[in-house]
Amino acid sequence: MSIPADRKYTSHDEWVLLDGDIATIGITDFAQDALGDLVFIDLPEAGATFAAGDALCEVESVKAVAEVYAPVGGEVVAVNEELDGSEGTVNSDPYGAGWLLKLRVTDAAELDALMDAAAYEAKVSES
Amino acid sequence: MEDRRTPFTSLHEAAGARMVSYAGFSMPIQYSGLQEEHLRVRSAVGIFDVSHMGEIRVSGPKALEAVQHLVTNDAGRLEVGHALYACICNERGGVVDDTIVYRTGASEFMLCVNAANRAKDWAWLTSHNPHPDQATMVDEGDDWAQIAIQGPRAAELVSALGGAHLADLGTYHFALDQVFAGVAGAMVARTGYTGEDGFEVYLPAQLAEPVWTALLDAGAPLGVLPIGLGARDTLRLEARFCLYGHELGDEISPLQAGLNWTIGWKKGDFMGRDALLARRGKEPHRLAGLIMQDRRIPREGMKVMAGGEEVGWITSGTHSPSMERGVAMAYLRPDLLTEGTEVQVDVRGRLAPAQVFKGPFINR
Repeated sequence: MSIPADRKYTSHDEWVLLDGDIATIGITDFAQDALGDLVFIDLPEAGATFAAGDALCEVESVKAVAEVYAPVGGEVVAVNEELDGSEGTVNSDPYGAGWLLKLRVTDAAELDALMDAAAYEAKVSES
Repeated sequence: MEDRRTPFTSLHEAAGARMVSYAGFSMPIQYSGLQEEHLRVRSAVGIFDVSHMGEIRVSGPKALEAVQHLVTNDAGRLEVGHALYACICNERGGVVDDTIVYRTGASEFMLCVNAANRAKDWAWLTSHNPHPDQATMVDEGDDWAQIAIQGPRAAELVSALGGAHLADLGTYHFALDQVFAGVAGAMVARTGYTGEDGFEVYLPAQLAEPVWTALLDAGAPLGVLPIGLGARDTLRLEARFCLYGHELGDEISPLQAGLNWTIGWKKGDFMGRDALLARRGKEPHRLAGLIMQDRRIPREGMKVMAGGEEVGWITSGTHSPSMERGVAMAYLRPDLLTEGTEVQVDVRGRLAPAQVFKGPFINR
């Protein structure tokens, strides 16, 4: 199970990678593996705003649906249009081409509350 | 309580299958990936461990009479070596379980029942046996392992391990006392739960383990994959087969579930017949297929709406790997069953358009 050290993680198995004030968000390798083959992702519109902890979107596999929560608050500046019809990219490359959306963060200090890779690895290995 | 194991459980674990607890058994839900497994059964062949299913033997001079009383379909028209699908109904015309009835002898039958209902069915059948002295029932559920071999290349694989004569079995016919992959005492039936050609092979449990590996080895050139319960469910849903606990239940009649054809009205009296006659034509909901008109995915329990009213509910729903669309079975008001009727599915508070669809959800 891969857990890159360059980003932060939530207890709901989202990852967030900050570049300036833009946070790229996705689901972890652990999450995609638990869900199985993804077949539909209901991404929000650009311009929508979310507070940390809000439901951002739903990801559905053949058998299950899961909610993705905003790790930090902000405004949607981009969604990954490439996933439309190629949702399996999230399974094959959850930390790269399988990113879900980008937020312009309101308060970068919110990232301090999230887990680093070591803490997330400890959390995943307990479950 | 510790989950029970089939003769193949250790092999599933060693192969890295994802295991789940189902009906008291530790079973593989997924091997390589649900969609890949599903599509392999549609395109080539897959094997399924279904050893958790129950088997109940009924034998004796009044075995036929007992079976006729306990199931809806007409077992009297079965010759030895033929099987049929039937419901076991209660007095209210509700479904205790669905079953395949195999006529294994002139006065001997085997009923294959759902894993989740083994204890319930055994209690029901033995307590409603009209001829307990002349129709003996034996619970053989632990004596048999069962492997389903399904897909367009299933006949090639079954022939390779059990003999070419097995490819000549007709649908719902079976062969007793076969030697299959070197294991004697096997029963090979041309039945299945996927909508594909296929077989279900019953093996003496104590001897069965090597057969799983033999099937994977012999099937490798055909593209065989082991298939988990996840794909078993999506395959049966695409084929529009009912599953107890979803489309069938103790208060749901075969009439509601579109299983009128399993009712042997002309065979004489049987358990549930009077109630079924009274319910005929008056059921408030009947089973329909739905196909989504956008990319959202229907799930069990979601409401179905039409004209702003609640008109039914989803019993099974998924993303269909074959049609690449959300599909479902749903109980709907009977005036909405025409193909193409437009309804909406309440997907977590948002209405998603769907149409009533008649056939199996399989592109041919």
